[in-house]
Amino acid sequence: MSKIVKITKEAAEFLNKIEELSGEKITSCIQCGICSSSCPMVNEMDLMPSQIMSMTILGQKEEILESKSIWICASCFNCKVRCPRELDLAKVAEALRQVVLRTATDKININDIPEDEIMELPQIAIVAACRRLTN
Amino acid sequence: MTMKLPYYPGCTLKTKAKNFESSALEVAKSLDIELIELPRWNCCGVVSSIVSDNLIEHLAPIRNLIRVQEMNEHGLVENENRLVALCSMCFNVLKRSNLRVKENPDDMQTINDFMYKEEDYEGKVEVIHLLEILRDMGFDKVKEKVKKDISSLTIAPYYGCMLLRPKSIAIDNTEDPKIEKDLMMALGARTVENPFRKMCCGGHQTVQDKYAVARNTHTIINGARKAGADMMITSCPLCAFNLDNRQKLVKEAHPEFEHMPVLYFTQVMALAFGIDEKYMGFEDNYIDPRPLLREKGLLKAVSHKE
Ligand code: SF4
Ligand code: SF4
Repeated sequence: MSKIVKITKEAAEFLNKIEELSGEKITSCIQCGICSSSCPMVNEMDLMPSQIMSMTILGQKEEILESKSIWICASCFNCKVRCPRELDLAKVAEALRQVVLRTATDKININDIPEDEIMELPQIAIVAACRRLTN
Repeated sequence: MTMKLPYYPGCTLKTKAKNFESSALEVAKSLDIELIELPRWNCCGVVSSIVSDNLIEHLAPIRNLIRVQEMNEHGLVENENRLVALCSMCFNVLKRSNLRVKENPDDMQTINDFMYKEEDYEGKVEVIHLLEILRDMGFDKVKEKVKKDISSLTIAPYYGCMLLRPKSIAIDNTEDPKIEKDLMMALGARTVENPFRKMCCGGHQTVQDKYAVARNTHTIINGARKAGADMMITSCPLCAFNLDNRQKLVKEAHPEFEHMPVLYFTQVMALAFGIDEKYMGFEDNYIDPRPLLREKGLLKAVSHKE
């Protein structure tokens, strides 16, 4: 039995926004799951990369933006090099993060990290985390 | 004749990864390569801007490329458009921004207009990793410089992400890289293949969720261990931190876990070239490789700064 899903105007706008920001044609995803099976962070995620794609297509904005997955993606590009549609999920995850970060929200506050830990971290870790996880 | 090349160090090689820089500069010298530090370089930004509407994050990398033009104009190098990076992250971001403006003349124009106090970037610089320089000159040239037999070492190369992905910046085959293995073999070491050699260590997630990164570290080090390695090599100070320092957390969670030293590829080169130990900076590695190297008879009993 087929199930009919009605896409609301808001859902369509969300998909458009993410396609525009990421520059990726998300609707061309064929749900093969290669991205999820190639992802080094998938065990830490609540939504698998392929689910992020299908849920973005369906405009399930709240579920995605509240997910842990978009923040735990490490931008490693493994999914991108393997996707048969050459989709770049790192860009999609970045676009999704930007939707949140551009409401003047930060995901992390560097000041919350104990000083001895900060002193241990290499500079590139701190700069990269600030770029990906703060506005 | 000495090959003089513009060189971009980046922030971490001046602070947490001084051992990477000092070993690389000495190794290069032995091979008649002079890496000349880019005057007035700035932080590259570490990660490439990957949303379509954010051009501003490409300014920092492009400004560094303008410095290469200036080095040529001021005679610091002669007709040399290659910019050498050592840190994989810097390499990735500089190369990606360079490609972005080369492929999009409008973006190049916007960036040049924005940085109106700088000379225009002409799009001629080529960002290149030291590993590529070594491969291009021929690993047999590297072999000629070997003074110490390191065949007792079994090394698992680790590539991570930033040398290989996306494909547009890859220095080797994305799925089956060999460049580090070929280099280690030229040095006379034994190599083994870690099935997780291209798996991401978790990168900057080490700031947000160090335990998630430690779980990746555990997988990657175990992969190398099972393959029979004594040590791993890398060219990325962030991978180095995650694979080396985060072993502390792995050990806390799994007391039976055995530590494994993680070295920069240039530290192994320096060892094989018989370079003074002070340039290898082993005291800055979290898991000290010296007990292992002594056991193999590759280091003197008491060494520098211990
Ligand atoms: S690999 Fe590509 S096509 Fe396959 S599910 Fe993932 S995004 Fe979709
Ligand atoms: S880029 Fe993100 S989603 Fe893709 S494989 Fe890497 S961590 Fe997973």
